[in-house]
Amino acid sequence: MKTTYVIVAAIVVLVIIIGSVVAYTQLSTPAATPSPSATATPVVTSSPTAAPVATPGAASLIGAGATFPQPFLNASIVYYTTNIRPNLQINYQGGGSGAGISALTSKTVDFACSDAALTANQTAALSNQVVTIPETIGAITVAYNLPNIPTGLNLTGDVVAKIYLGTITKWNDPAIQSLNPGTTLPDHGISTFHRSDSSGTTKWFTQYLSLVNPTWNTTVYYSNSVAWPVGTGASGNSGVATAVNTTQYAVGYVELAYVLQNHMTVAAMENPSGNFVLPSLAATTAAAQALPTSGLPSGTGSWTGVKILNANGTTAYPICNPTYTLVYQDLSVVPGMDMNKATQLVQFIWFLVHGAQDLSPNLQYSPLPANIVSLDETTIRSITFNGQSIPLS
Amino acid sequence: MTKKLTGDNIFKVVAGIVAASALVILLVTAYVLVTGSTLVFGRFGLSFLTSSSWNPVEGREVFGLLPYILGTLVTSGIALLIGVPLSLGIAIFLVEMSPRRVRVPVSYLVELLAAVPSVIYGLWGIFVLRFWVLNNLEKPLNTYLGWIPAFSGTPFGLDTFTAGIILAIMIIPTVASVSREVLSAVPNSIREGAYSIGATKWEVIRHWVLSYGRSGIFGAIILGLGRAVGETMAVTMVIGNATGPNALPTTLFKPGQTLPSLIANGFIESPDALQKSAFVGAGLVLLAISIIINIAAYFLVTRLLKVKGGAVE
Repeated sequence: MKTTYVIVAAIVVLVIIIGSVVAYTQLSTPAATPSPSATATPVVTSSPTAAPVATPGAASLIGAGATFPQPFLNASIVYYTTNIRPNLQINYQGGGSGAGISALTSKTVDFACSDAALTANQTAALSNQVVTIPETIGAITVAYNLPNIPTGLNLTGDVVAKIYLGTITKWNDPAIQSLNPGTTLPDHGISTFHRSDSSGTTKWFTQYLSLVNPTWNTTVYYSNSVAWPVGTGASGNSGVATAVNTTQYAVGYVELAYVLQNHMTVAAMENPSGNFVLPSLAATTAAAQALPTSGLPSGTGSWTGVKILNANGTTAYPICNPTYTLVYQDLSVVPGMDMNKATQLVQFIWFLVHGAQDLSPNLQYSPLPANIVSLDETTIRSITFNGQSIPLS
Repeated sequence: MTKKLTGDNIFKVVAGIVAASALVILLVTAYVLVTGSTLVFGRFGLSFLTSSSWNPVEGREVFGLLPYILGTLVTSGIALLIGVPLSLGIAIFLVEMSPRRVRVPVSYLVELLAAVPSVIYGLWGIFVLRFWVLNNLEKPLNTYLGWIPAFSGTPFGLDTFTAGIILAIMIIPTVASVSREVLSAVPNSIREGAYSIGATKWEVIRHWVLSYGRSGIFGAIILGLGRAVGETMAVTMVIGNATGPNALPTTLFKPGQTLPSLIANGFIESPDALQKSAFVGAGLVLLAISIIINIAAYFLVTRLLKVKGGAVE
């Protein structure tokens, strides 16, 4: 009996040791270079910088946060780690803007992405300075699932606010029908979907509703999570997209890339010029022009006041927003960071605001205006490791 | 008397440490939960347990757990209502009626239900079960029995009812296998005695076998209830994630929320101390509910249900 126990214990210990050794070697070995798929991925026309003097060594980065820019980030990560830095592994987990900021505050990730800029409370909870780097601009669509009704149902912000307040409960309500005289709307209740997790997309959407509907502004206001008067929650942009896609007579707010990937129908929202605009790359780019050319905060400043909701412009889509990458200004405060890893991280963020901008139109994200790019360049150059500035080439 | 370093003594010490560590883990968990929730209880007091509001917006925070406590109790209640009769039926069939050759494979298959990860149940619930429940159970119940408050409202699919059904499926393996063990431990002399005075098979099962195994079966039900109360992933995916007064389970057919699903959805929040404290408070209440259920079950079993050897009520 004694020998049996000894043998079993020895096998268990052996399995644990072998398992950890295998995992450790997998982590250290740089990933084998996969062959770049030149046909599917668009070619980046502008090279990030001049030919690198010394390629940084192998590294592995972890990021977390918003699901809003995730299609753009995933495409950028795949392109960058396939074609430019094959010895780099980047793992970006979604989880929502709130989760990203939380992870960044507890220093469990190297970088975080958030649609909502850091609030005063969140900044106060950080132990070190964090810089805000806008990396792309996207659109929040109002997606619906109505049988036989194609994309382009006309809706106004006020009507959408009333749907989410619960005052408009049926699709054939006169308020909606009057905007769409040529369409017969079904006599059925509206199933409203919203985000159940802490989400920057929620913050922009509810900020838009607060702008266009005074009742929403006083009773609900806007934040990463709000007290929704009606509706069902789903987790992540993909969760809301799935929920709307699988539930008839549903409506939900989803970032544009998810809507295109899932072939969903979206509303044409009324903009301040009175036009009903479908969300698209062109409409988002038109809204991006509303970003001010001067007076923007610096990388260390507060970006909570920067918004392009209800942007002026006849073709601009009214629910667009920038989304930000957040990273510590002095990277030595992040556990596990060394000069090599810091170099890889900073060069990747440089790529995000330069080379990756050529990838964004394919996914219907608007490229950054030139003045934002130069602002980002200044911010990225201010990132240091132990007081040393980090080589960008 | 000097204590020799014998194997016996070493084993006694090691076993004592291991037993104590279970208690230590429980105490440490309770301590962390209590200290983490002082902020929210300090701010709202007992209204945290009785209020239905849930507003996380900075500057106007109000948190209340009542809808989620009720949601947890309602979904577990539905799980027991549906799951326990099914499990007892399976156990009785396997022990009393099935041919010997069927017993082992069928028990194995029932226990295999427990091997399915709960997230798979959740996925199956979102993509398959909820439509079936919506069309074949909720809509008919709403049409014919809609005057009962529990079946009123517009059936939705992602609601408390579907969550209860999935929980019922998840507790069947636990309750069925423990009940099966309990029933097969009933001595054959009981059954033989009952048959000898002319009882039918059903009477034997109902009056003699089940009575004898009463405390064991009750223990099995409590095990199932414990699993139902704490089940997170599957419930989160199908319950609809309502918050605030909307989450009150006034009807089974509208989206709801339980304590575990509330925590799963929202715990990874921005570092807003009050909101995080509210989720820790929810965890503390969940732990308290589980402990109360287990203590109550213990007393019920030891005081009321214990059958003295030879006595049959």
